[in-house]
Amino acid sequence: MSKKITFIIKRCDNPQAVAYWEEFKVPYFPKMNVVAALMEIQKNPVNAKGEATTPVAWECNCLEEVCGACTMIINGTARQACSALVDNLAQPIRLAPLTKFPLVRDLVVDRQVMFSNLRKVKAWIDIDGTYDMGPGPKISQNVQEAAYELSKCMTCGCCMEACPNVNSKSKFIGPAAIAQVDLVNSHPTGAFRKEARLEALMGEGGIADCGNAQNCAKACPKEIPLTRSIAKLNRETSAYALKKLFGK
Amino acid sequence: MTTKVIVVGGGLAGLMSAIKIAESGHKVDLFSLVPCKRSHSVCAQGGINAAVNTKGEGDSTWEHFDDTIYGGDFLANQPPVKNMIEAAPSIIYLMDRMGVTFNRTTEGFIDVRRLGGAKYSRTVFAGATTGQQLIYALDEQVRRYEDAGLVRRYEEWEFLSIVQDDEGRCRGIVVQDLKNLEVQVFPADAVIMATGGLGMIFGRSTNSTINTGSAAAGLYQQGAIYANGEFIQVHPSAIPGRDKLRLMSESIRGEGGRVWVYKDGKPWYFLEEWYPAYGNMVPRDIATRAIFKVCVDMKLGVDGENKVYLDISHLDPKEINRKLAGVVDIYEKFVGDDPRKVPMQTFPAVHYSMGGLWVDYDQMTNIPGLFAAGECEYQYHGANRLGGNSLVAAIYAGMVAGPKAIAYAEGLSKRSEDLPPSLFEAAKTREEKQNAAIFKMEGKENPYKLHQELGEWMLENVTVVRYNDRLKATDEKIQELIERYHNIGVGNGAPWGNQIVPFTRRLWPMLHLARVITLGALHRNESRGAHYKPDFPERDDENWLKTTKAGFTPDGPSFSYEPVDTAYIKPRQRRYDVAKEVTMANV
Repeated sequence: MSKKITFIIKRCDNPQAVAYWEEFKVPYFPKMNVVAALMEIQKNPVNAKGEATTPVAWECNCLEEVCGACTMIINGTARQACSALVDNLAQPIRLAPLTKFPLVRDLVVDRQVMFSNLRKVKAWIDIDGTYDMGPGPKISQNVQEAAYELSKCMTCGCCMEACPNVNSKSKFIGPAAIAQVDLVNSHPTGAFRKEARLEALMGEGGIADCGNAQNCAKACPKEIPLTRSIAKLNRETSAYALKKLFGK
Repeated sequence: MTTKVIVVGGGLAGLMSAIKIAESGHKVDLFSLVPCKRSHSVCAQGGINAAVNTKGEGDSTWEHFDDTIYGGDFLANQPPVKNMIEAAPSIIYLMDRMGVTFNRTTEGFIDVRRLGGAKYSRTVFAGATTGQQLIYALDEQVRRYEDAGLVRRYEEWEFLSIVQDDEGRCRGIVVQDLKNLEVQVFPADAVIMATGGLGMIFGRSTNSTINTGSAAAGLYQQGAIYANGEFIQVHPSAIPGRDKLRLMSESIRGEGGRVWVYKDGKPWYFLEEWYPAYGNMVPRDIATRAIFKVCVDMKLGVDGENKVYLDISHLDPKEINRKLAGVVDIYEKFVGDDPRKVPMQTFPAVHYSMGGLWVDYDQMTNIPGLFAAGECEYQYHGANRLGGNSLVAAIYAGMVAGPKAIAYAEGLSKRSEDLPPSLFEAAKTREEKQNAAIFKMEGKENPYKLHQELGEWMLENVTVVRYNDRLKATDEKIQELIERYHNIGVGNGAPWGNQIVPFTRRLWPMLHLARVITLGALHRNESRGAHYKPDFPERDDENWLKTTKAGFTPDGPSFSYEPVDTAYIKPRQRRYDVAKEVTMANV
């Protein structure tokens, strides 16, 4: 008989329902990833006991770790299911939904809060308009390279999951949105409204809620230096607060 | 009287349309299957083309225009392409002002590199994740308008159909919330579709899983004309995978990557030998056919399999990190080898649809009030798209569609709010019934397996090399799948978070669009761009310098043909073994 991989998947029909674990055996193939295994379950929704069941619900889209959709907890760690190769995982493989976001169904959660947080911190550059006004400011290679590191954030939620200060009792916006403030503030035009973003970070759920656990940078699949951005903005918000207090 | 426009699709074309509308002070509802930041535009790697001439090579918008028309084998109508190419440099500067982290020259200018089918370095890039960087910038601009109260986003909502009034005008859309599958109707004075590509019709491709083409296909079933469906781009390089064929950007070759296989025990750089003028930088259709010839006909693929080497191991690892990190990371993560040290192994994969909804030069479909922009329409790439032109086409089309939709809406004698509510109620009821019918399906067929079968047939018979007997057999197979569709079972899951019911819904229009692609290819007895028939190996301008237009009938697609507007450049033979001749505007 061909080799089969055991998946133990946390399932839940809706936010009010009771969660349960269901086991599946999926035929192995070389370079198999977690997404491909979930696709096999869709085509043959039968659990390890041989009972017909509903296909497991999960999110995915690009399948090459740039869209962030397929983030889930795989063997205890938040990561993307597309780049989780079965050969590199301890078995049985346990899949569960992210815990820091409202559950929708099975492995699907609602991460809208991350996008709302980007709005809270005004993570955009205020351009005058889309009409032709020539190029933007010149930027050095060093500045571009540092900005590019931050701009790869795919809003996947791994940092939120890893952060002890992001939880149901806190309004902490989390590491991802703070790093985006760093990104926009480091742009010559973005810097024009630097202070509005610092104000946002000084509000409720802002940077003061960071407990400096430093889990976020380790959890980031894109190796974004999140703790560096947080440290930098900590200094800047403090300096700005002092300036506001005494500088007027 | 307020003007209300709806944009469907949160990729580059949709976001740009929404920005243009909001900027003019009008309200826009934006619908997207996924949060906009997860749209398929994020997968674009290599860059975006504009003749900015940063390297002093003498590039010009005319050269870019000529390369695009020539690369597309003269099938594109030339006036809109020319307008797009001329707008391209200003689009780059706009994206630059929005803060896109484009790579820079030593002096701090925007850097450029070369992509296929071009003799000049005119591709602006942000590492090898250019699409991701562009969409993030547009997404933030939309967020800014959201903050200002002009944009309302509906993310994780699915487009089902349009509402048409008695005159046939588009008056709104019917959508479902993917969380609970509740159907809702939204009236509008104009609707812009920016719903992307259709790679999923081929089962596995470089596309994201949302790229089913079902929105455009559903519109075709509602009466929109679908153009040039048979023109499907197969990209020369991807990593084969069971769940996806992962793109390995053309910029790898642009930065000096070489394609080879062993022949007589020695590396054979077949593209460089066959196409001395362009070498590894031939356009995608040419490179893909060459790789097929080497692997399938000559049986010289790596380890006897359908794979060739794509080699950057001779390049400076520092430069690789600066310019190609995103794609090299993908290769390392999914294959396990380091391309800086070991040549990559890749094979062609379905990548892009040049065809799409027919639109006029104002981006409006044949249905008044219904516009289309981006990969879901057909206008800018002819028979083959050049690398780096998709991003510029998506953004440009959005810049045209937004203002044109407003102008159309403002010219209406009756706004959608003046129409009887029963019109919208009826459309909503129609879709609710459709959903209810799918929930009741309890046959033996699994929709995911049916989809897999469709993909296998399409991939095998309707891609790089096409034969009429196999195309006919494929169309018969699709009709069999259409029959078997009625015997699908969707299980007895509740609506909340249900994924199988919406998937089953999408599959129906996909099957019908697959017929448009297959039969369009069957009828076109010539070879042009990505469409290649060994039995008809030459381009036949006398009979086929025409746009294919497919209209839906219950008995299958009905085809008509429309002449191509060659206002600026007279069609000439397309070849890449010698340098392209210089042209000048014939005005």
